[in-house]
Amino acid sequence: MLQIKNLTVSYGAINALKGISLSVQSGSIVTLIGSNGAGKTTTLKTISGLLKPKAGEIIYDGKNIAGLPPHEIVGRGLSHVPEGRMIFANLTVLENLQMGAYLVRDKKVVRRELEFVFATFPRLKEREQQIAGTLSGGEQQMLAIGRALMSQPKFLMLDEPSLGLAPLLVKTIFEKIVEINCERGLTILLVEQNANRALEVSRFGYVLETGNITLQGDSASLRQNPQVKSAYLGG
Amino acid sequence: MTEFLQQLINGLALGAIYALIALGYTMVYGVLRFINFAHGDVFMLGAFAGYYLSPVVNKFLPAQSYVGGALVLVLAMAICALLGVVIEFLAYRPLRSRPKLTVLITAIGVSLFIEYTCQHKSVFGAAPHKFPDLIPATTINFNGLVIGVNQIIVLVTTAVLLVALRFIVQKTRMGTAMRAVSFNEPAAALMGVNINSVISFTFGLGSALAGAGGILFAMNYASIDPLMGVQTGLKAFVAAVLGGIGNLPGAALGGLILGLLETFAGGIPGVSNYRDGIAFAILILILLLKPAGLLGKSTVEKV
Ligand SMILES: Nc1ncnc2c1ncn2[C@@H]1O[C@H](COP(=O)(O)OP(=O)(O)O)[C@@H](O)[C@H]1O
Ligand SMILES: [Mg+2]
Repeated sequence: MLQIKNLTVSYGAINALKGISLSVQSGSIVTLIGSNGAGKTTTLKTISGLLKPKAGEIIYDGKNIAGLPPHEIVGRGLSHVPEGRMIFANLTVLENLQMGAYLVRDKKVVRRELEFVFATFPRLKEREQQIAGTLSGGEQQMLAIGRALMSQPKFLMLDEPSLGLAPLLVKTIFEKIVEINCERGLTILLVEQNANRALEVSRFGYVLETGNITLQGDSASLRQNPQVKSAYLGG
Repeated sequence: MTEFLQQLINGLALGAIYALIALGYTMVYGVLRFINFAHGDVFMLGAFAGYYLSPVVNKFLPAQSYVGGALVLVLAMAICALLGVVIEFLAYRPLRSRPKLTVLITAIGVSLFIEYTCQHKSVFGAAPHKFPDLIPATTINFNGLVIGVNQIIVLVTTAVLLVALRFIVQKTRMGTAMRAVSFNEPAAALMGVNINSVISFTFGLGSALAGAGGILFAMNYASIDPLMGVQTGLKAFVAAVLGGIGNLPGAALGGLILGLLETFAGGIPGVSNYRDGIAFAILILILLLKPAGLLGKSTVEKV
């Protein structure tokens, strides 16, 4: 479904991605793990068009989308839940979700998607009219995911959805990710520092280190890999 | 009492014009975080658009008719909207990813370019032009209180434009996109908002309001020249800062306050000479005491 070939991205003179290649099969959850500063966020931002690559291709549904503006990429069915959530803190929960459906012109479809999001995250339904900035961290993360779902994506990218959440909430968020993948058939690219959980829910994984993919394989085998164990799974 | 009411109306009419211009500064700041110093020149171009359009409109409609005046206003607004979009496209868009200081200096350059091009004798020329009477120059007299119809037109037009603006910003898809971009541009882009169209739209909208300000100003002060946007533009900028830059109701409020202060100060013997300095005294005070501006804290209305 998505295939990245030799992607190079730089911030001025700093090469944040040095020609990475990876692919995501339709219907699967693929995870990209790596420590702080490895280039995970850069990868997602480049796929969603917030950053322009220096070289390389991003093939989605057979077409190279590298370098397209973000609104065209969203329009093609890729949705990105950014690091730090970036919800519209001054808008209500409902207005945030409506912003997510910005490109959906059919009101009926918007209503249907809204029901789906509320069914997935009942907490958001309870807080529909609340100003989003007053939500707890976990609720904000749910809102960020819900908002991304409102654009009816086929491909969802999540940047560290568990960051800064209490363990119980982390569990809930990962359960929801699996639920969205199963029930909607949504393909998911999951970026995480919480490698343990991420490898549990995903089918395939990539390890990113300072701009290079250094390891890849079935998530189950990566979890057994001594290098991965010592570097990302706490021994 | 009559004198007070008289000054109140004069002040509101002047303040309404500042408000219309201030809105453009604040809207552009909202989406791009820089001060478009060429904005005052768009106000000037609005007045000149009216100057050249009026005789053309008079070919089809009776001179000094309200319909004709309204048509001149709408056409001048449209021309200014287009100019604003073109200025952004040519001068600012290529610098989008550059430091804000670069864009700011470019804006000053654009401003000087417009001012000096327009002063050339083959364009408008440097000499003041007498602005034609768009509507019948009558006054209404209430027990000694003399109100120019022009002033009523200024107040009514401004009120209508402010209501329309509020509707656009709060209720339309483009307005929602403007608010989203102003709150968090990358997040808005991830929702599918086309940032370039929003920025063009913002420039168009702000410039149209400045164009309306130019016409209304010219109707009241009769004389226009290519440098008329310099001082008025700066004062409107101060009004935007006073209200809280980036805040729409703040810009309108700041404009009205500034217009009232200037007008009342103009009526005080000994102070009247310093009338034009008031705006800058306010700027210094606001930067010292409340840098966020009067309404700057409430980010809810921010655009
Ligand atoms: N806006 C930026 N300007 C300059 N360098 C950046 C910027 N954003 C990220 N980087 C650098 O790029 C590298 C990768 O960053 P990032 O993609 O955010 O990593 P991760 O998400 O894996 O923590 C880091 O070395 C980081 O310092
Ligand atoms: Mg990151």
